[in-house]
Amino acid sequence: MKPSRWLTIGTMDELARLDSPVHRLDTRAKAIVTAAFVITVMSFPRYEVSALTPFLLYPLALMAAGRIPPQPICRKILLALPFALVIGVLNPILDRHPVAAFGSLVITGGWLSFASIILRFILTVSAALVLVACTGMFPLGVALERLGVPRIFVMQLLFLYRYLFVIADEGSRMIRSVEIRSAKPGSLSLSIYGSLVGHLLLRSMDRAERIYRAMVARGFDGTERIPGGSTLGWSDGIFMAGWLMFFAAARAWNLAAAMGSLVAGTPR
Amino acid sequence: MHMADALVSPAVGGVAWAVSGGLIAYCARKVKQCPRDDLVPMMGVLGSFIFAAQMINFSIPGTGSSGHLGGGLLLTILLGPHAAVLVMASVLTVQALFFADGGLLALGCNMINLAFFPSFVAYPLLYRVIAGNRSGALRTGVASVASAAAGLLLGATCVVLATTASGISDLPLKTFALVMLPIHLVIGIAEGLATAAVVAFVAKARPEALAAAPTSAASFPRRPILAGLAIAAILAGATLSWFSSTRPDGLEWAIAKVTGRAQVSGAGSKIHDNLAGIQDTTAILPDYGFRPNEARSGKAGRKADDEDPNRQPWPAVSAGTSISGMVGGLITLVLATLGGIVLSRHRTTT
Repeated sequence: MKPSRWLTIGTMDELARLDSPVHRLDTRAKAIVTAAFVITVMSFPRYEVSALTPFLLYPLALMAAGRIPPQPICRKILLALPFALVIGVLNPILDRHPVAAFGSLVITGGWLSFASIILRFILTVSAALVLVACTGMFPLGVALERLGVPRIFVMQLLFLYRYLFVIADEGSRMIRSVEIRSAKPGSLSLSIYGSLVGHLLLRSMDRAERIYRAMVARGFDGTERIPGGSTLGWSDGIFMAGWLMFFAAARAWNLAAAMGSLVAGTPR
Repeated sequence: MHMADALVSPAVGGVAWAVSGGLIAYCARKVKQCPRDDLVPMMGVLGSFIFAAQMINFSIPGTGSSGHLGGGLLLTILLGPHAAVLVMASVLTVQALFFADGGLLALGCNMINLAFFPSFVAYPLLYRVIAGNRSGALRTGVASVASAAAGLLLGATCVVLATTASGISDLPLKTFALVMLPIHLVIGIAEGLATAAVVAFVAKARPEALAAAPTSAASFPRRPILAGLAIAAILAGATLSWFSSTRPDGLEWAIAKVTGRAQVSGAGSKIHDNLAGIQDTTAILPDYGFRPNEARSGKAGRKADDEDPNRQPWPAVSAGTSISGMVGGLITLVLATLGGIVLSRHRTTT
């Protein structure tokens, strides 16, 4: 992971601190709707492209209502895209069965399923990113605990997130000092790597010791406590019901094709 | 390697979610029973450490490429398997949420591949067996490389199986496995070297940090894991072979459905024929059934097989294929057990 990717995690944290109608919704409602969204999107058959497009509405609507700028989300999608590209790009080579033709341009099943993979990737990744960007890690942890996730795992998530920035700063300072002092920066030999990462590990463990002592000094008795979140209100209910109904409708009928025939005036 | 949401069907993702959810609940209970109060901040900070350590690369000797720490094995060595699974699971969750590595639906798959296999399979069955209780640098190194590679190979196998079972990618099972497994062998060796280097440093600088793993190896039950693996291998072999008999891969089945032919038109290349020939000659159980009496020659035999009108649609629950699946599972198990015995012998004599 390149250090530059770290900068973006701070952006997500800042976005989560904004105040908007979406940010004020109960986290459980957002988490449930996002899970339903991902499952619905992935339940389509492999050659489906057009019926998937209406689902773009969900991340876009959340971004608009939550005042999330599109650049950080798009940048993250692009950074993670190579994996889906590598796996999906073989589909057009392996599956050459023609499914449609526009004049001389013939579309094969492989290109269709490739487009479907990329679209699904963009949909699922953007939904997850938008969920975090308009919620934040701490409320998400609280919601997970209230949805039945073991408390110790939620504590682990929150601890990890809290010290991510601290330890990552320490790591990048170490990398910088090695780069400044070495003639050939960029590649470490295994023994230097071992002592560098080993030092980082020991420093992290020392820090954990100090944190523990600080917790004990403040009354930690071995049980983790997570302060409660908000309660589900009317707006959360409307948010959930509305989106779940939309997902069900978009799954049952191809809304894009329906709109296309409406615009073009041709019967389907 | 992280599995992406775009390649997982809800059924596969849901099953993996259920399994990893149970795993997390089990590990959370085990960690809660642990008397160490400082485990909670230690686990949290070590999770952050894994992220930071993944930023640092080292050059793999002899090649132009570089590797970094995956983390599963190192965490297990430091914290024991139960706590390590929780830490790795949290690392994967944050990666899915913030970096779009993997995804929400594929999170269960990734937890099994990158947390369960290193901690609950590779560590107890390989690392503890090879490394033993004394710490020699060479032995720790061999143990780290072997178990990191084994853990990653198991994970890669699972990625291949989950992708094929989901049926969204067109990649055939065999090709995908042939691409994934060698790559992950190399990545696994690199991760093993990185783990060994860090463990060697800690053993020299602060040996007590390594001895502090809350679940010591002596109390860690190896037999239930072996039994569980045995049952899983036999079940997987038996059920998968029903499918693999009539549709050698998900892809061939899908293509046959779409194009009406069992082979892709591009598959007539020389490499394909050569590979098919090698496969047919080396396979003791060709196409996972019993070898037919008449000699089959490469593609012609396959074609005749594919166009056989009496072929049953899947899943053909035939005794022959189920038996070969179970036999394959058993052979793998026997080999693994023998390997373990030989290694533990070696340890007690030296």
